[in-house]
Amino acid sequence: MNVRYAAYAFIALWGLVLGAAGVGAQGFAGLGSDAHGFAVPQRGLVLSFPRDHGPHPDFRIEWWYVTANLQAADGRRLGAQWTLFRSALVPGEGQGWADPQIWIGHAAVTTADSHYVAERLGRGGVGQAGVVADPFEAWIDDWQMDANRPADGDVLDRVELRAQAQDFGYHLTLAAKGHLILQGDRGYSVKSSMGQASYYYSQPFYEVRGTVSIGGAPVAVTGRAWLDREWSSQPLASNQTGWDWFSLHLASGEKIMAFRLRDTGGAFTSANWISADGKTTPMASGDVVLEPLRKASAGGREVPVAWRVKIPSRGLDITTRPLNDNAWMATSTPYWEGPIFFEGTTSGEGYLEMTGY
Amino acid sequence: MIWAAFLALLSHWRHRPLQLVTLIIGITLATALWSGVQAINAEARASYARAASILDQNGLPQLLPKNGDTIPMAVYAKLRRAGWSVSPVIEGDYRFGPFRVRLIGIEPLTMPIENRIFAPSDSSELVDFISKKGLLVVSPATAARLKDVAGMPLKIYEDIPDDAAFTDIGAADRLLNRKGSLSRIVMATGQRPDLPALETVAPELISQSADDRPDMARLTDSFHLNLTAFGFLAFVVGLFIVYSATGLSFQQRRATFRTLRSLGVSLQSMTAMLLVEIMLFALISGVLGVLIGYFLASALLPGVAATLRGLYGASVPGSLSFRPEWWLAGMAMALAGTALSSFQSLWRVRRMPILAAAQPRAWAGMSAITLRLQALAGAILFGISVFLAFAGSGLASGFGVLGALLLASAFLLPAFLSRSLRFAEGRSSDALAVWFWADTRLQLPGLSLALMALLLSLAVNIGVGTMVSSFRLTFLGWLDQRLVAELYVTARDEAEAARLREWLPKHSDAVLPIWSVEGNVLGDRLQIFGVADHPTYRDHWPLLNGLPDVWNRVAQGDGALVNEQLWRVKGVQPGQTISLSDGWTVTVVGIYSDYGNPKGQAIVGLDALVQHYPNLAKLRYGIRIDPALAPDLKLQILREFGLPESNVIDQASLKRQSQAVFEQTFAVTGALNVLTLAVAGFAMFASLLTLSGIRLPQLAPVWAMGVRRRDLALLEIARTLALWCATFIAAIPVGLALAWVLLAIVNVEAFGWRLPMMIFPADWLWLGAVAFVASVLSVLLPVMRLATVNPADLLRVFANER
Repeated sequence: MNVRYAAYAFIALWGLVLGAAGVGAQGFAGLGSDAHGFAVPQRGLVLSFPRDHGPHPDFRIEWWYVTANLQAADGRRLGAQWTLFRSALVPGEGQGWADPQIWIGHAAVTTADSHYVAERLGRGGVGQAGVVADPFEAWIDDWQMDANRPADGDVLDRVELRAQAQDFGYHLTLAAKGHLILQGDRGYSVKSSMGQASYYYSQPFYEVRGTVSIGGAPVAVTGRAWLDREWSSQPLASNQTGWDWFSLHLASGEKIMAFRLRDTGGAFTSANWISADGKTTPMASGDVVLEPLRKASAGGREVPVAWRVKIPSRGLDITTRPLNDNAWMATSTPYWEGPIFFEGTTSGEGYLEMTGY
Repeated sequence: MIWAAFLALLSHWRHRPLQLVTLIIGITLATALWSGVQAINAEARASYARAASILDQNGLPQLLPKNGDTIPMAVYAKLRRAGWSVSPVIEGDYRFGPFRVRLIGIEPLTMPIENRIFAPSDSSELVDFISKKGLLVVSPATAARLKDVAGMPLKIYEDIPDDAAFTDIGAADRLLNRKGSLSRIVMATGQRPDLPALETVAPELISQSADDRPDMARLTDSFHLNLTAFGFLAFVVGLFIVYSATGLSFQQRRATFRTLRSLGVSLQSMTAMLLVEIMLFALISGVLGVLIGYFLASALLPGVAATLRGLYGASVPGSLSFRPEWWLAGMAMALAGTALSSFQSLWRVRRMPILAAAQPRAWAGMSAITLRLQALAGAILFGISVFLAFAGSGLASGFGVLGALLLASAFLLPAFLSRSLRFAEGRSSDALAVWFWADTRLQLPGLSLALMALLLSLAVNIGVGTMVSSFRLTFLGWLDQRLVAELYVTARDEAEAARLREWLPKHSDAVLPIWSVEGNVLGDRLQIFGVADHPTYRDHWPLLNGLPDVWNRVAQGDGALVNEQLWRVKGVQPGQTISLSDGWTVTVVGIYSDYGNPKGQAIVGLDALVQHYPNLAKLRYGIRIDPALAPDLKLQILREFGLPESNVIDQASLKRQSQAVFEQTFAVTGALNVLTLAVAGFAMFASLLTLSGIRLPQLAPVWAMGVRRRDLALLEIARTLALWCATFIAAIPVGLALAWVLLAIVNVEAFGWRLPMMIFPADWLWLGAVAFVASVLSVLLPVMRLATVNPADLLRVFANER
């Protein structure tokens, strides 16, 4: 479960304006809890594929979100991120420039000593950006996520991922070794004690090969990737200020998605334990402990980059460390997102995302 | 010592306050006219540059369609998907009620950062901008106009030129009914190096580099060149004043100079003191001049702005901002001009022997040789002018003809006057009359500069006046030919246009569509009009020449008419084929006159135009009806369709509007004319004043022989009038030559059309009357002095050292 609740897409609009100063806690809280004519997620609705791989323009926000932990032939570790956000000014679609949908792309490559970021913005309805469910294609400018569907299986089982910016770029081929994971209650994911929720599913079982180029020099890479799909209209409760989100690949082949939504009174914590064969077990809110250990300066702010993650019922107790302290996404809405490693009762790698700092 | 000497030099001005005033006014006027004109030009240019950078984003390279006037939305998507960092623009004219604005639809998400015209202060503003309700970002003046008619929220942003509105591309698309097609595409600087070439991605586009000068500046160049020429002329005339005033003051201080030198002031320090003195005056008058120039410019600018708007559609604010560049330029001109015009006097002081006689003499003693040399220079310049007129080409050459002609006539003037006076002298038998002519001739050198200034301003007046009147007459006749339809109706959108096409034929004699597109013809973007096959055009359209069967070929679609501008500038000849878009070539079958339009234009058959541009806007119509019924029909249309009044225009008011544009142009010219004449009058006054001060020795003997002071004064008046009169007569041919150059050379080079020249002697009479009054005024003060001069002063001439 991936708490990119902030609907970056929509926030990015705010961020466009607020610029590098970023969005404070109030900004996230301002995302609002009433849906202004937008559709609201309903518990019990059965998601259907490939239809639900495509956009849901009646919902305010939506994203197609891939993070990849990669390794070069010489053992160097890297991280890659490819994200397409959709944000609707009003529900629905329109012809040409009248389309109320806004699309935002974020791409990043992280190494031990550098973090490269790029952003693309565009309008819906004119062909610059969009998503088609089947045959699957998601794009903004020349950044693409294309499916190469095998004869049987899901549309998203084989995916080509491309992004190119001034100083970096990548072309990755993703092959799923397991099936889609529905987060929360069959894809209905609750985000606050006040009932805010989203539709949320993931594909955490991708194996990756491809090329990452930095400054024009291509490097062959292999690794693991995680796709998150989420859409909603009222992602945050009014008192929530930001979140810390983990996707973890355990050495055993198991996966964990865990998040903590910070609010003025404390936090709403949630996690999902995914077995190696794709069975999900939601953890009770009290059963997950996320504890910051070390802060570092990133993007001019103090951000907790090392964490202790405990799930007592599963005997999990690990500490995480980032590949690069400074994995700061200096996009119109800035946030921290980067690859992490962990040791403790088990070891592995994953991604950490933190917003609202 | 130095200080005391300096004060002694300055004391001169305390005794001659009028001379001081003359000097100051001379420099002030010269500077004021020069810097006033410069201020207008600077303001207009700055406003073009600002408009271009804001409205056209011309700081960035652009992509434009090779053919037709729009870019399909899909081409934009293709460019983006190929990795190009580009942003789309949809723009066009839109009417909000009675107000027409240039609507520029931008896409704020992709618009390159360096070109964001406004920075929304918060997120809701950006959302408002993009949202369906829309937002118009406009200047305060435009906001005031659109307040009640825009039908959408307005946001005021100071930097936006008047009559333009920025809005979201979605809103522009909706209002202009473009169905997504783009006007142009803006490119960000610093594109990725690995992108596929433009020819591969979008072969239908051409790229235009960022440094292209704003179109508007190029278009209005000739207008500003005209203004500059005027300003410079006025400046030169002003320098004549300074020249005579400094010359006089130096003459009268010869005694002081000698005394100071005898007391031990070195030549070096005296020259320095005089230089400081004159520069001090220049500085003071320069500041005054720039200030007056500012007010002058403020007074003229609304007229200029209206002209530029009417003639070129250029938006220039009617108010002036104080710009440091013309402050500096004005002061520099004042200092340099003063230095130039006092150089000769300073030079004389340096070369004056220390013990030279201190008596004043006619300072510009001009020998017959000088006169002959001047005449020779005049003849050579005249030759150059004639040569340029027939062999030269280009606007610069046109102005070269003008300049050489004016200078030549100025140089030839003294010789002409001298000849005339000698002739009159030969015809006189009365002793007093002979003395009168001879004495006048003697004064000629002292007055010749002022007379030259007078000649120039009179000639310019006659020349410009002739041009204006010829223009007006031709233009009015042409308007009558051209505006034949009784009513002109503009629909607000295509649906309304369709209803009009349905309704109008039942209520009128004929409905003539007036549809046009912008196309690439001979390398320029220009308007292509389609006309219906109707007697309205066959019988009235003003053709300059054409092949037989012109209108049939236009109607068939294989013939096109081009305007005079295209004919002259591009050398398009009847019978030649030209390409109007990809794969559409037509034969030029005729040339028509198209006054007031600075650009080329072509006319084709309506059916052919619609066939090649099926999506053109079909909004404008001319309506033929019995003129008596036209007002009723107008009311009927207004009622039936609810159109704003400005969308249904009757012929009479259209003519009135067109004329108003030209009247404005010439009101500005007229004002500058009057000002130059005033400066010339003042130059004459200064010269006469100078002469009156040193002429006593020449008059005293005549007085001693029994001519009364009153008669002497009357003779002075007669002399001045005679000189004015001769100069005025000389100015007429010069003025006519000037008018010819303006109409047949400068106008053709600047605008691309030639006007027939017509002569208006009645205007000259009026000008003569004004000149007469000015001459009487200029001689009044010196003559009053003479009439009341103390006989003792006259006697002293004989008693003194001379």
